[in-house]
Amino acid sequence: MFEQYLSLFIKAIFVENMALAFFLGMCTFLAISKKIEAAIGLGIAVTVVLAITVPVNNLIFNSLLREGALSWAGLPNVDLSFLGLLTYIGVIAAIVQILEMVLDKYFVALYAALGVFLPLITVNCAILGASLFMVERDYEFGESVVYGLGAGVGWALAIIALAGIREKLKYSDVPDGLRGLGITFITVGLMSLGFMSFSGITL
Amino acid sequence: MSKNRVAEIVFDPIFNNNPIALQILGICSALAVTTSLQLSLVMGVAVMLVTACSSALISVIRSQIPSSIRIIVQMTIIASLVIVVDQLLKAYAYDMSKQLSVFVGLIITNCIVMGRAEAYAMQNGPVLSFLDGIGNGLGYAVLLIFVAFFRELLGAGKLFGIEILPLQANGGWYLPNGLLLLPPSAFFIIGLAIWALRSWKIEQVEPKDYKLAPHRVREAF
Repeated sequence: MFEQYLSLFIKAIFVENMALAFFLGMCTFLAISKKIEAAIGLGIAVTVVLAITVPVNNLIFNSLLREGALSWAGLPNVDLSFLGLLTYIGVIAAIVQILEMVLDKYFVALYAALGVFLPLITVNCAILGASLFMVERDYEFGESVVYGLGAGVGWALAIIALAGIREKLKYSDVPDGLRGLGITFITVGLMSLGFMSFSGITL
Repeated sequence: MSKNRVAEIVFDPIFNNNPIALQILGICSALAVTTSLQLSLVMGVAVMLVTACSSALISVIRSQIPSSIRIIVQMTIIASLVIVVDQLLKAYAYDMSKQLSVFVGLIITNCIVMGRAEAYAMQNGPVLSFLDGIGNGLGYAVLLIFVAFFRELLGAGKLFGIEILPLQANGGWYLPNGLLLLPPSAFFIIGLAIWALRSWKIEQVEPKDYKLAPHRVREAF
């Protein structure tokens, strides 16, 4: 049981890294990786939001949307799974909003640090992507908790590493057309190549 | 509305103001589908339709939306359109929708759709917004198809599933390069595509982050 979760956790971080293997959350990944501090803040925010939204969406999917899930209400033939997309994005937006208010009230320092990144997270594809993968792969509740956390940690790891590289890269003499976005893409490609070496690892 | 203006709105985002290459928008959801030209084409068309329709719809009701809840209103419209696209694909092209898996759903969080709604549709009329959506969708689709062309041709020796380069396995000469089917190659190809685009359109080159200080010390005589 524990081994299965550990294996899923490692897989979500390294083998199926959200950013480097599935290209998810790329917009923020590229836009907010110029400074390490900002990258760490965003990484933490994404991890927290993923660890909450994936299990919540899992509960909603399994108890309301899935085919036959409404049989407790006397509606065994109802299949609401087409409403999935709308529900997940609504849940994500709501949770981000609630998280923002809670942080503002009880953890002011953290709120100040995360500040602008929290609202941005609603439209981060990594968050919605993780929920959709969870549905597609049919994870149960325990797995969804582990998967959400692992996906978040993996994404945070990737963006912090990229920010570290870009801080150094700033002072290098890059060809004109490649400067900025172009060289960042090539760097991410090389990082992705590095992460490929984890593929096939199971515990 | 003159013809030139229409052409400008539709074609400007392809090379002059490409959403991916210049605005860093919308790279998220779709690079994983560029291993095959056919999938990229479907994805490109889907994004184009969603962007155009959502921009037009949001533009129609733009003066009725209170600005404090505009994000959630835009999100609902976009999500509903994506659900329509998803259901259409499931009904008429089931294999395709299986292969695209979660990436159709991820059009919702594609920053291009949201970005155009927020930046253009909130200020302009429905017809212009529709055209703007088509243009930006087109800019996205062109880059996607460009990447997919190289990945499928060099990675599998095929285009649209038809063998172009005769494979060694079938008695030809081409040995497919498996790297092109793996995620890193998409990043390399986009990086190089941006380099090529910026060598052609020099005004898109980004300014340097640092300046060399002038040499002040005369250490040698």
